[in-house]
Amino acid sequence: MSTRLATGGRLVNRAQKMNFTFNGERLSGHAGDTLASALLANGKMMVGRSFKYHRPRGVVASGAEEPNALVNLGTGNRLEPNQRATTTELFEGLAATSQNHWPSLEFDIGAVNTYFSRFLPAGFYYKMFMYPRAFWKHVYEPFIRQSAGLGRAPEAHSRDEDTYEHFYAYIDVLVIGGGIAGLQAALAAGRAGAQVLLIEQTAHWGGRTPVDGGEVDGKPAAEFVEAALAELRGMKNVALRTRMMGAGVYDHGYVLAYERMSDHAPGTPGPRHRLWRLRCKQIVTATGAIERPLCFAGNDVPGVLLASALRDYAVNYGVSIGDRTVVVTNNDDAYRTAISMKEMGLEVPAIIDARAGGGGALAQQARDLGIRVETGKGIAKVKGTRRVEGVAICAQAGEGAVLDEIKCDAVAMSGGWSPVVHLWSHCGGKLDWDDAQSMFRPRASAPPTGATGEAFVIPAGSANGHLGLGDVLADADAAGRAAAQAVGATPPKTAAPQGAGPDEAPIEPVWLMPQGVDIKLRMKAWLDFQNDVKVSDVQLAAREGFESVEHAKRYTTLGMATDQGKLSNINGLAILSDALGQPIPQTGTTTFRPPYTPISMGAIAGEARGKVFQPIRRTPIQDWHEAQGAYFEPVGHWRRPYCYPQGGESHAQAVEREITQTRNSLGLLDASTLGKLVVKGPDAARFLDMLYTNMMSTLKPGRCRYGLMCSENGFLMDDGVVARIDDETFLCHTTTGGAERIHAHMEEWLQTEWWDWQVYVANVTEQYAQIGVVGPNARKVLEKLGGMDLSRETLPFMAWADGTLAGIGVRVFRISFSGELSYEIAVDASYGRALWDKLLAAGEEFGVMPYGTEALHVMRAEKGFIMIGDETDGTVIPQDLGLHWAISKKKDDFIGKRAQERSHMTDPDRWQLVGLETLDGGVLPDGAYAVAEGTNANGQRNMQGRVTSTYYSPTLKRGIAMGLVRHGPDRMGEVLEFPGTDGTTHKARIVEPVFFDKDGEKQNV
Amino acid sequence: MKRYSVFAVAREAARYHTGWERAWKSPAPKKKYDVIIIGAGGHGLATAYYLGKNHGIRNVAIVEKGWLGGGNTGRNTTIIRSNYLQDPSAAIYEKARSLYETMSQDLNYNVMYSPRGVMMLAQTEHEVRGYLRTAHANALQGVDTRFIQPDEVKKLVPIINLDGPRYPVLGALWQARAGTARHDAVAWGYARACSDMGMDVIQQCEVTSIRQTGGKVTGVDTTKGSIDCDKLGIVVAGHSGVVADMAGFRLPIESVALQALVSEPIKPCMDVVVMANTVHGYMSQSDKGEMVIGGGADGYNNYTQRGSFHHIEETVRALVETFPMISRLKMLRQWGGIVDMTGDRSPILSKTPLEGCFINCGWGTGGFKAIPGSGWGMAELMAKGQSPLTDEFSLYRFREGKFIDESVAAGVAH
Amino acid sequence: MLILECPCCGVRGEETEFHGGGEAHIKRSGPGSSDEAFHDYLFAKENPRGVHFERWRHVYGCGKWFHAARCTQTLEVFGTYSAQTTEPPQDIKDKISARRPGWTWREFA
Repeated sequence: MSTRLATGGRLVNRAQKMNFTFNGERLSGHAGDTLASALLANGKMMVGRSFKYHRPRGVVASGAEEPNALVNLGTGNRLEPNQRATTTELFEGLAATSQNHWPSLEFDIGAVNTYFSRFLPAGFYYKMFMYPRAFWKHVYEPFIRQSAGLGRAPEAHSRDEDTYEHFYAYIDVLVIGGGIAGLQAALAAGRAGAQVLLIEQTAHWGGRTPVDGGEVDGKPAAEFVEAALAELRGMKNVALRTRMMGAGVYDHGYVLAYERMSDHAPGTPGPRHRLWRLRCKQIVTATGAIERPLCFAGNDVPGVLLASALRDYAVNYGVSIGDRTVVVTNNDDAYRTAISMKEMGLEVPAIIDARAGGGGALAQQARDLGIRVETGKGIAKVKGTRRVEGVAICAQAGEGAVLDEIKCDAVAMSGGWSPVVHLWSHCGGKLDWDDAQSMFRPRASAPPTGATGEAFVIPAGSANGHLGLGDVLADADAAGRAAAQAVGATPPKTAAPQGAGPDEAPIEPVWLMPQGVDIKLRMKAWLDFQNDVKVSDVQLAAREGFESVEHAKRYTTLGMATDQGKLSNINGLAILSDALGQPIPQTGTTTFRPPYTPISMGAIAGEARGKVFQPIRRTPIQDWHEAQGAYFEPVGHWRRPYCYPQGGESHAQAVEREITQTRNSLGLLDASTLGKLVVKGPDAARFLDMLYTNMMSTLKPGRCRYGLMCSENGFLMDDGVVARIDDETFLCHTTTGGAERIHAHMEEWLQTEWWDWQVYVANVTEQYAQIGVVGPNARKVLEKLGGMDLSRETLPFMAWADGTLAGIGVRVFRISFSGELSYEIAVDASYGRALWDKLLAAGEEFGVMPYGTEALHVMRAEKGFIMIGDETDGTVIPQDLGLHWAISKKKDDFIGKRAQERSHMTDPDRWQLVGLETLDGGVLPDGAYAVAEGTNANGQRNMQGRVTSTYYSPTLKRGIAMGLVRHGPDRMGEVLEFPGTDGTTHKARIVEPVFFDKDGEKQNV
Repeated sequence: MKRYSVFAVAREAARYHTGWERAWKSPAPKKKYDVIIIGAGGHGLATAYYLGKNHGIRNVAIVEKGWLGGGNTGRNTTIIRSNYLQDPSAAIYEKARSLYETMSQDLNYNVMYSPRGVMMLAQTEHEVRGYLRTAHANALQGVDTRFIQPDEVKKLVPIINLDGPRYPVLGALWQARAGTARHDAVAWGYARACSDMGMDVIQQCEVTSIRQTGGKVTGVDTTKGSIDCDKLGIVVAGHSGVVADMAGFRLPIESVALQALVSEPIKPCMDVVVMANTVHGYMSQSDKGEMVIGGGADGYNNYTQRGSFHHIEETVRALVETFPMISRLKMLRQWGGIVDMTGDRSPILSKTPLEGCFINCGWGTGGFKAIPGSGWGMAELMAKGQSPLTDEFSLYRFREGKFIDESVAAGVAH
Repeated sequence: MLILECPCCGVRGEETEFHGGGEAHIKRSGPGSSDEAFHDYLFAKENPRGVHFERWRHVYGCGKWFHAARCTQTLEVFGTYSAQTTEPPQDIKDKISARRPGWTWREFA
């Protein structure tokens, strides 16, 4: 059983105990532990179940590459599924549960899958569950879904109580990785005077060096780490951050970094995670290397760990996995584990070295310690199911005949090391296969290139394929210097530190152990521990023609687990290459995609949650609307009052009241959201003639004109009233939400087509509040406020005037969207609320009635006025809407004119605007279509028109609608059928679209 | 071809699965074919399959520069729906959806079509009206959709937040028989079936030029030599402009990156697909347990299959707002694909200025769901010169101004 | 995540400050043009895998439109220049020629 040793553990503080629970059991560890080390210290070898076969799973690694030790961390609003125990720092009160089992970790019904595993090879689901057809939805899929998934889903109603934030920074040299290579690279760049940020994903500096040892310039390497840190901390141009991972490298030197601020100390004020967006001139990836497992039968049994992880747990945390550790390897590095174990007083019954020639200096050291070293041997099989009980050894060259059985409770395996090339590769860096070291490493001649076309990523140390301490330091020094030079700094002429370690014998590639192992054991040799992909699965994929590495990955799910294949990809690739009889580089790798390890959705979303998810634009009168309890609807970035319900009124009742009172006496509308664009300059009139379908150059100062604007593709895109202020100045009103779009549209034409025209455009939408004063008593209430002449003679329909009302400077437009006597009053935004209040007070005797957008819509529909977004949808041209009168025939050109000459635009069969009246007085359903006889070639019912706007008109006490109908204007009086979605059919008669006050008697008083 | 079934799996289990044959052959190209399809993605393979199955044209090669199904077929978010507004779109997508329902049995390959339902949220009054309109149109088009109220939305998707402070959920357009399928399996299933019909699926075979005589296509030059053909189909989403250039015409297409991401797998918590167009994001949960998330496309031409991270941010932000419980899940992987965007955001299935050469492209962000319908129509077009499914998707519609604009109902990716 | 330099205000900014506007150097076809010419003006795209001339607007900055010469395959930016031109300035063309010999773009190269 794993346990805490009496001594050792450089990262733990044995004086500080920390309590935590695992599956409800109370346990304790020490400050400095990871959850994984604490679990192991408590003898918890089995920590989870695998995805497919629900096999027992134990900790296999000690860092970010861990595929097995995933837990549900926390509870309720703080539940975080799939949290990796090896990168979770222990804290007081931590609560974790294991995943993917029922009813318990020890007794999991799903484990029955392992007995059926022979029937469940890679891709079995593509070949089964097809018959009978209905069973997929109702039987097979629900079952598969239930058994899949890993961590527990947070409760449906849970709300994350933590906060997140985003930071930006501009960095000259970003060094990713705080191991010895990163430290040296940062030193080299820092000494040159470059601005450097050095980040490290764990809480500790030095990477593997304090565990793996070696000497730098004649002193222990760990001392070099401390000295380097001290020097870096003293440099003003260098910043250092721990618990910050380089998550992704993107184009043009953009790096995503993920800082875990308080995962190790929940409840600390401030954000939980911080997502950094770094713009870097140069990036040094000193991201180290990851040890590979070996593929032998039973390599997934709890107690089989990476050799490096075993010594990490011992050296860093004072934790042993077992008393008797068998080491199995194809390289020298794993001997370090054997030596560490032995030095701690633990047994190492044997080192199984697959290489016939065995190892170098470390092997000799192991032998000197009295460890049995078997060369040219392999593991035929691991004994035990829930934990290691022993190993059977065999000749590596053979088929697995057992030579000897060795009792042990831990196996340390090492298949060599793979440089962490993820960040190098994210943005297009290419890789080379290094045959001598059996690894993919960055191809120096094919780096990621940035905005200038120059390289911006420099790999360093073991991430660049250098495994010996001396090479690592030399390479990192060169990388740091090169990065500094690339950003214009000059590195001083200092020598790189000299690293030294034992001479190591070369690695020999071992992808399968033993090399000739039979199919039964290949079905027990795991590649991907989490997803349960075995050697036999990849071989099956190759046999079935899934020859591309992407095919094999997708067919077997190799490397698609939450570790993204950090442990499994290279082994799988080698097995696939072998099966295809081709060299590894010809098979190639799958694509490396960000993030390096998973990052929280909360961090990606950042601060913008709840009310600040998207800012809401507010009119100067918004507070009043809110105080009235208005029901709002989102319109563009605004929220406009839809209606103002009173007492227990329904929305429909409120709308009816607002309309009736406006038509009978006086209504008020907050129209501030309407877009207001000032277009000014000697060529302003000429410009607007191009922008609008109407002739605007003939408009006289002091007058207003309703204008239509089309896209160059001919479609109606906006409308509004244009007021000519003076010869060179126009004020163009746009729809709510249209201001920015139309402003941009104008700027685009001015800047990119008619750049020699002298015109400028200013968006003054928010500079003004605008209030619609509407109804038969509109003039009276304004006259009560006093200050200007608003008589029919002085200010006729479609005129505007500057003046004062109640002492406030105003611009009054005599325009109407309701068919009533109506004034729109623009006022400096800061006076908006004051004028509104004065109008409310003065209007009291008339029963003044603020109304919302729905009343606005109904009243305009009663008058047959079109609404952009209702009668138009991006496919409608002005001609469809009977707006020929607004399309100038005198102009040679306007935006959209040429487009409207195309054959489909002039087709007489286009649907055209009409009014619709139901025969029974009811309201036509929104969006209903008028059917025609028969069906089309695709069997769809023929249609001949559709409803664009439909309302109950309180004025007419009946349903009214507008719609587009084929040949509509020529078919007055015809009755059309509109099927509802509920089986009913509505009949409506085609009528003129103006339902109310056809002659405009009310608005022209 | 050996049929797949539970019995076949059991039989093979007895001999440790050593007896499975190749799913598709790996032949060298012949001198000449009746039809060459460039592009062994879903659309290209489906075109070939229906050429053989419906029209008896089996002397067909499908040439692929990389690995089959390796483009957008294997990069999308696997959503299948047909609740489109315009008649031509509804026709081809509904044809596709109905073919998906029986595809596993048709191909004898389990593509795991999961009719779990697709819901498009209405979060403004304008969207409510838009979806009511779509529901009415769909009823006449034979597409089974309906508009549902917020309480029904909540019942179908318990993890949704109906009362987001910014955009409340006002209802949704619901298509119960829409859903998802296993994207890779669609390509693999078609490839296996094509191979079984005697067609040649030729991977690692890049077309370098298109040969023509007197305005008529005669063949292609490839990295595996020259191949003659009577008819040529270009079905190379993401690279349509580049291949059309070889044939000598330009397209109304721009290539941009579209991105998607998945979370780590969790136990089932969401049984339907939800699309939130106002806030630009959509999400479903795969059978493996990952939350599959997609969003908007980049705004610039790009052939790198990498997008800009701020789109991921925007999408995730929108979805954390819509489904607050995902805040503590983690993004496992993000990726990108290159999509063809046409002038009206609808696809092109058409004859071209080069006689005998046909093109299928421009699916933008929504190609996967159309694969069988697109293949069916394209095969008919290539075999007979005309198909009601493709008539309206002509390359020449842009000249006439006869667009098929779906942004009317849904302005974003799908 | 592109970085672009606005030639109008000189700011080197994040992609998020800018808005892409599609292909550049397109000549407007108005009334009187043929259907073919009008179609090409609105819809026919070069869309090359390689050197691309394109329009951008510094929308969250100075608001000005400008042009960029960029590689769509590597995203290398050869340069940005005024939108008030009908073809790229010579120094931009030279720079592209140095990096991508043999490039072409419609009538100029």
